Amino acid sequence: MSGLAIEIRQLYKVFGNDPQSLIKAAEGGMTRGEMLAKHKHVLALKDINLNIESGRIQVIMGLSGSGKSTLIRHINRLIDPTSGQILVGGTDVTSLSVKDLRQFRRDATAMVFQKFGLLPHRNVLDNTVYGLEVKGLPRAEQEKQARKWIDRVGLSGYEDRLPRQLSGGMQQRVGLARALSNDAPILLMDEAFSALDPLIRVDMQSVLLDLQKELRKTIVFITHDLDEALRLGDRIAILKDGLVVQNGTPEDIVLSPADDYVSAFVHEVNRGRVVTLGAVMRQGEKSESSLGLAATLTLDEALSRMLDSGISEASVLDATGQVLGSAKLTDLVAATIRH
Amino acid sequence: MTKSLPAGSLAVRRLFDFEGQTMDWWKSFPAMDDLVLTEIKKTIDSGFLEFTRSYGGAIESFFAPLKAYLIWSEKLAINTPWPIVILVFSGIAIAATRSWRITIGTAIGFCLVGYFGMWEDAMKTVSMIVASTLVSIALGLPIGILMSRYKWLRLSVTPVLDVMQTMPTFVYLIPVVMLLGIGKVPGLIAVVIYALPPIIRLTDLGIRLVDAEVLEAAEAFGSSPLQKLFKVQLPLALPTIMAGINQTIMMALAMVVVASMIGVQGLGQPVLKAIANQYFTLGLFNGLAIVAIAIIFDRISQAFGRRLQNLTGEEQ
Repeated sequence: MSGLAIEIRQLYKVFGNDPQSLIKAAEGGMTRGEMLAKHKHVLALKDINLNIESGRIQVIMGLSGSGKSTLIRHINRLIDPTSGQILVGGTDVTSLSVKDLRQFRRDATAMVFQKFGLLPHRNVLDNTVYGLEVKGLPRAEQEKQARKWIDRVGLSGYEDRLPRQLSGGMQQRVGLARALSNDAPILLMDEAFSALDPLIRVDMQSVLLDLQKELRKTIVFITHDLDEALRLGDRIAILKDGLVVQNGTPEDIVLSPADDYVSAFVHEVNRGRVVTLGAVMRQGEKSESSLGLAATLTLDEALSRMLDSGISEASVLDATGQVLGSAKLTDLVAATIRH
Repeated sequence: MTKSLPAGSLAVRRLFDFEGQTMDWWKSFPAMDDLVLTEIKKTIDSGFLEFTRSYGGAIESFFAPLKAYLIWSEKLAINTPWPIVILVFSGIAIAATRSWRITIGTAIGFCLVGYFGMWEDAMKTVSMIVASTLVSIALGLPIGILMSRYKWLRLSVTPVLDVMQTMPTFVYLIPVVMLLGIGKVPGLIAVVIYALPPIIRLTDLGIRLVDAEVLEAAEAFGSSPLQKLFKVQLPLALPTIMAGINQTIMMALAMVVVASMIGVQGLGQPVLKAIANQYFTLGLFNGLAIVAIAIIFDRISQAFGRRLQNLTGEEQ
């Protein structure tokens, strides 16, 4: 099943003894610090408005305490909002009854957790079938699905192992296989790769991107790692103190950070892998160069093509081969190193 | 000096005048009037007696199936040929623990008890222990599960458990005997009251200790409360619950002698006889037989619990 769109409207979450009493104050613009000092309540999320397109990867990024894990748990209502709406494929999740919510979780969403959340007493196969078992599918069908996804995430032959006999990376593959077996249009990934070693993390990102090419699920991916966000995200929302400070494409975020907080984040980032040729070309300028490069190439890719061909200038082309502008080697280098 | 004291000081002086007769309350606690106290005791006693007379029969017939089961299980234990009994227990030991050491120890333990002429009494005790453990599990598991789910229940049951564990055994033997007379059922009830708390406490604790993220994952996949209980909470709490069962068995064994005072047969009765008549050796042998059974049950249930723990991966 391909994705469903998610629409989050004016979402507020206040933690404390009597959150409803403070909702007006929060809507009136009270900050997190004020609320904590005056009322001993935590304003976890403040006026979140987010449209997540169907079939895309929406990354939500922020430091710890920014509310990102709280936000993702609102989508399948592991946490109830204090006020606001969450529409998934047009259905308001906040108004579902207990029974309907359970059905919604079984059919529409699947989740991958930072610390994997596997059942320690079940082997890989029995962990992978969990979602289908809860749905009440016949065991043969459960196993068929589960084996398919165990194979896809590269765990064939490990079906009988217990989670603790596997490395972290392999455990998270089980977590991923369990989520994918559910065949849900929405995949929620809460810092899914944060607990893994850097190399394994990149590896898992590739696994996810490969799968997504064919699955086209709506994926909400939480991370605190900008490189991961830029690599995975079709769009990235940056959360600070429970507030969305910027939501845009990776290129938007890197080229025009909304404020100092975002700038600080993107400062260390490898721009060559994110920024595309189209964003730095000299628009409308013709070039005599025999080299034509697509505007969607990243600067890294464009640079290596130039170096390979030994030509220091190129025409920038759109998808149909029309010339959009030109770019010089020096332009690209300057843009890459933030000159 | 005394002359110059102000008027009020006379009262003060009299208050602390230990020689004076008026100030008794300082030396002995001002208890309520003896007559009133006697009246209260009388009322409660006669009320309970009344209750016993009117409902004793009904309560007894309520426990009739339990009595039938106890008689049946005791007969089974006695009438089964001893080699089969030893084989069965060794089988349980090897299945539960996968340890030859414990299995052979179990067989040797039973052989020694039999060789010293205590086989029949030992079988009576074993059947009683098994029965009271089963009853304790049947009662304790659901109570523990409910306690883990409802905080108000935990808060109200915990003090009751404290009372059950600390109240001197003889005190609650009195109403049990008044209601049901002496025999197997009151004996079982007395044992269960004493042995029930650990399994309740550890079931509750075990369930509450289940990793929150695993539970959240189960929730996220749309598990119903019962699915969560049976697929996640109970399996993961099992090692802790097993520790509770182990405690329950040990406490039940500790009650064997006391229960024999209200007519429970088994290894406790010879001990009782030994106390009354100062038969040192009789007491010692039967005491050692109880110890042997206790060690067998303890090692089997503990090793089983450890195996469960390894299985659920709690011990990482």
